[in-house]
Amino acid sequence: MTGAIAIGLAGGVIAGLLGVGGGVLFVPGLVIFLGLDQHQAEATSLLAIIPVAIAGTYMQERYGNVRNGDALLLGLLSLAGAAGGVALANALSGRVLRDAFACLLLVVAVQFVRRALASGAGPTAAAAAVDSPGRENR
Amino acid sequence: MQAPAEASLHRSLRLAAIGTLAGLFSGLFGVGGGAVMVPLLVLWLGYEEHAATATSLAAIIFIAGFAALTQGLYGNVHVLDAVLIGVPAVGGVLIGTWLQQRLPARTVSLLFAAVLALSAVELIVR
Repeated sequence: MTGAIAIGLAGGVIAGLLGVGGGVLFVPGLVIFLGLDQHQAEATSLLAIIPVAIAGTYMQERYGNVRNGDALLLGLLSLAGAAGGVALANALSGRVLRDAFACLLLVVAVQFVRRALASGAGPTAAAAAVDSPGRENR
Repeated sequence: MQAPAEASLHRSLRLAAIGTLAGLFSGLFGVGGGAVMVPLLVLWLGYEEHAATATSLAAIIFIAGFAALTQGLYGNVHVLDAVLIGVPAVGGVLIGTWLQQRLPARTVSLLFAAVLALSAVELIVR
């Protein structure tokens, strides 16, 4: 129980700091620290993301950044893809899915190293976030 | 010049393509799909970055919700763990947003990259 809360807090802090979604940390956290298998970890991560997305949307609505019509269309038009993705995940073995996920983590890690090298030593995360495109919400 | 109806159809088709790709990515990997949506909204629909992030967050509520529901049919969702993670994560986001003004971006990005790389190795050798 403490482990899950710690994973949630850590994932949330990173999401707020770097603008990535919590999922890239929730999934490995659930596998490594709570012993879930890859399928269970991904499924549980999806549910855990929802409150974060709701809170984030609420804050962004106040800044007027959300284009509601497009968000609704995107959400509704994604449903077939989401069902397909879940079916594909469940058709793969845990081993293959875990290795594929590990590759995804490495790709994201490389992007952050490149961002860090591009940003130089000086600015705070906020300043760099404004400067560097392609950062948000992975 | 395109007729308005045709332009609107093109736009909807692009949104459908982005939504489908994001849904596939989210369902396959158990993440939100923002990594797919944000750059495509910028490239294909001319979104400015903040609007792309904000709009993708709102779409993630639907995507993650439906993908979680589908995973539930496979019996894979651990609901208690999800609540124990998801609720504190909201508090974590607030802390992270506050810290963002106070920490050097380079250090944070490199530390995060190191954590991801270590996690990847741990998953592969497991």
